[in-house]
Amino acid sequence: MNQTSRLQALTGWPWERWSYIIGLYLASIFAALTLSALLVWATDGSWQEVFSAFLDGSLRNPGRWGLTIGYAAPLLLVALGAIVAVRGGLINIGQEGQLYIGAAFCTYVAVRLGGPGPFVLIVAILAGAAAGAIWAGIAAWLKYWRRVPEVLTTLLLVTVASQLVGYGLKTTALLLDRSPEHGNRSQISERLSPGVRLPRVEIFGNSFPMSAFVALVLAVGLIVWLSRTTGGFRLTILGRNDRLAQRVGISAPKYGTLALLASGAFAGLAGAMMLTGGDLGNYRLTPGFSGFFGWEGLLVALVARNHPLVAIPMAFVFGALRTGGGFLSATGVEREIANVTQALLVLALLVPSSILYLQERRRQVAAVEART
Amino acid sequence: MSQSYNLRDQPSKANMADIALADLSGISKTFGNVVACDSVDLTLRQGKIHGILGENGAGKSTLMKILIGLHAPDEGEIKVHGVTQRFRDPVDARKLGIAMVHQHFSLVPALKVWENVVLGDHQKVYLSSFWEAPKRALENALAGFRSNEKRTRKQISEISARYGLDVDPDARVRDLPVGVRQRVEIIKCLRYDPQIMILDEPTSVLSPAESERLFKVLRQVVEDEGRSVALVSHKLNEVLAATDELTIMRQGRVVEHLATSDATAPALAKAMVGREVSLTLNLADIEGSTAIGKTTETETTSEDTTASKPAQHFNHAERPDSLPEETPALRIRNATAAGKDGSPLLDSLSLEVNKGEIVAIAGVEGNGQTALDHLLSSLLKLDSGCVEVAGREVPTGVPGAFVKAGVGVISEDRHDTGCIMDMSLCENLYLSHPKDAVSGYGIMSRGIMSRATMSNRAAELIDDYRITASGPGAPMWSLSGGNQQRVVLARELSRKPKVLLASQPTRGLDVGAVEYFLEQFRQAAEDDIAVLLVSHELEEILELAHRIVVIYNGKIVGEMPREGMDMQHLGMLMGGMTDMGRDTAEAASATQEAVA
Repeated sequence: MNQTSRLQALTGWPWERWSYIIGLYLASIFAALTLSALLVWATDGSWQEVFSAFLDGSLRNPGRWGLTIGYAAPLLLVALGAIVAVRGGLINIGQEGQLYIGAAFCTYVAVRLGGPGPFVLIVAILAGAAAGAIWAGIAAWLKYWRRVPEVLTTLLLVTVASQLVGYGLKTTALLLDRSPEHGNRSQISERLSPGVRLPRVEIFGNSFPMSAFVALVLAVGLIVWLSRTTGGFRLTILGRNDRLAQRVGISAPKYGTLALLASGAFAGLAGAMMLTGGDLGNYRLTPGFSGFFGWEGLLVALVARNHPLVAIPMAFVFGALRTGGGFLSATGVEREIANVTQALLVLALLVPSSILYLQERRRQVAAVEART
Repeated sequence: MSQSYNLRDQPSKANMADIALADLSGISKTFGNVVACDSVDLTLRQGKIHGILGENGAGKSTLMKILIGLHAPDEGEIKVHGVTQRFRDPVDARKLGIAMVHQHFSLVPALKVWENVVLGDHQKVYLSSFWEAPKRALENALAGFRSNEKRTRKQISEISARYGLDVDPDARVRDLPVGVRQRVEIIKCLRYDPQIMILDEPTSVLSPAESERLFKVLRQVVEDEGRSVALVSHKLNEVLAATDELTIMRQGRVVEHLATSDATAPALAKAMVGREVSLTLNLADIEGSTAIGKTTETETTSEDTTASKPAQHFNHAERPDSLPEETPALRIRNATAAGKDGSPLLDSLSLEVNKGEIVAIAGVEGNGQTALDHLLSSLLKLDSGCVEVAGREVPTGVPGAFVKAGVGVISEDRHDTGCIMDMSLCENLYLSHPKDAVSGYGIMSRGIMSRATMSNRAAELIDDYRITASGPGAPMWSLSGGNQQRVVLARELSRKPKVLLASQPTRGLDVGAVEYFLEQFRQAAEDDIAVLLVSHELEEILELAHRIVVIYNGKIVGEMPREGMDMQHLGMLMGGMTDMGRDTAEAASATQEAVA
């Protein structure tokens, strides 16, 4: 009794509401898995085998859940960035580019800056975050200077970022590996020296970079900032009603720019940590390094309904979908089937939040109508 | 009473007497656990205007939505011309001759008048049987062929001419003032030649003269053409003046059915709110009487008895004589601003409000009241002129400048700049000053909002301002409109502002709530707050204000003390006529009649 009332006090919802939500998610996931199983069965595969392969790939095989965590960390960081922007009423969908730019700047600093390893590492990661922030800042500047919608600019800047980094990777003066082992034609950066790599946590035969802890701390920090500070409260007011914000003294250009900068910084940080963490690209920047993490991080924020706390498990689930998906093709099932399964699971995680949103909406409308 | 209303006293034509066009019996409707209608009966008779009176949330609008087929009743029966009907949607109801003039206009601003009028012809199709879809599609296609431009225009000008509803079919709706938009809505409704017309709070957006015209049209519609009108309202004067029969609702139930001739304002008010309320005076009392105050319901509102009991009045509305000469709390000098399209919003408007003074701005809607609201909400930047609060110039259009200077605003559109529906009641109380919620000491707690502080303070304010809500954590949207307005009032007043702008603060509120709000403003003035009241309800202005200024076309065109004011002069100023011409006097008297 005490437990439930505490839950209610904390979240505003009684336990019935929570069990309903959890039940909805379970039902939805079950439906997606059933559909996937039918699909596998229809193409003469064995669904038990496929399911087992998925679990092997994401959790059961040696070292796999460590890898899942390694993937989940940048996803979570990107999602947190998306959430900050949405709270301020802005839509940043250019994380893929911000992440890539962040990784590029991080690489440059990590390779070129001299000094003690930890110092270079920290400066490189901060450079990555700053680069991501600047990249999003361009969109903010265009929005408040010329009223260009940030949805467009952030998205289009993804292409610019990939061209720019691609150029950097072809140019020795910038990012291209200077050692003679790679020919002029290959686009690949120098490998980070062991001193400037993120320390990895070794546990039960699994290992993952420290970035996972950084992402967790930032997620908790963001929750506290959004819900308990005047700054977070002001940003939320701006996101909900910009005219009211103007009246009470919340300047949209100021807070909006800060929100976009923070959003980009999260993505840049994700890129820097992916690079220095080593799970992707083996400590080298390559074309296509961002590997859809920017887009998938957006999905994480979407599935988490823009709540940082929910984003934590969701980032893990999306990480698992990646690592598990890699094993599916080994079962002899068509590659397309594996992709469809993945998509179905994403949908399964999105459907309950939409249902909840619609129900909430309908209740609001009914409550309003009942009064008028 | 004015001439136009005397029509009511004529005997209705014998052939249409007591023919029930629509008969609702035992209608019940619940939304979730809210009972909106509880076995409601209603009979709309031919040739009669039927007033449906009730407070906000009494179930009036739900009942009307059931009648036009927007909601299906949970229980009960609807008979049209004696035949039981079930409406699937408003199209069904319309086919049986039931049409509604909507309270919130359903016009598309970018389209022309005639385009808006034909817009409703193609209705959404709700499938109920296999053949329904092709049948409806065919009907719609035929309707599409028929509703060509010329035909519609002709129809509009015919209706315009017959009812005196002056509208240009080719005008863009966004360029039209609210009163004209309503005419378009009425034309849209009359075009279907309905037997039953429903009007939901039609005068809430109209000036007195426009209301007057509307009622004339309604009278014509019922008397000459044998239709029936259902008029939903919570304004007593209006209902008494314009209707033949009344149904009073309270909390989803019918309190009383009666003929308007048997009704008196005090009795209606009591039936409506279920308790005794004080009522404002009729304007007729104002002239010749200087000591005007609030009369209680037991003292009654009819002209003769009020005048005979001057001893009961208290002179709270007198301007404080002892007010020392000092810098006014609010001074606006030559404020000029234009809209994005270059149209003037404010035209060298000058205004002063002193500490402890209530200044009311009278005027027909759309003459700069909204711009003034926006100006003091930091949403409008002046092209020239300045605003001073307590002697200090406040930059215009700068975020938060007026809040910082100590200006509280109850904005005319709560949804726009008043509150945030998706936040809790408690959070809404802290929108303008989140730092008030920071209760900790030392550097560690800087900027951290304390939930405990917030909800304790919110609980206090809920008590102080008599807000009805499930608690500090209740989401704002779950509150009724009146309670949302109380939350805004609580937030703006509890900070003890130097200046309070109340723009249409009582629009849409019921009698009891209006009384409460007016009392709060009075109290605020006693606490040395300079109160600037913008209202279209003249009664409210007359009851509350120390001084009345008239706004017209973004300019202050006149000023007068409340005592000994000349209603005719006020009406003329509101109509934009500053000199006493012959025809202007007529217009003024029309305004005055409508208010009475």
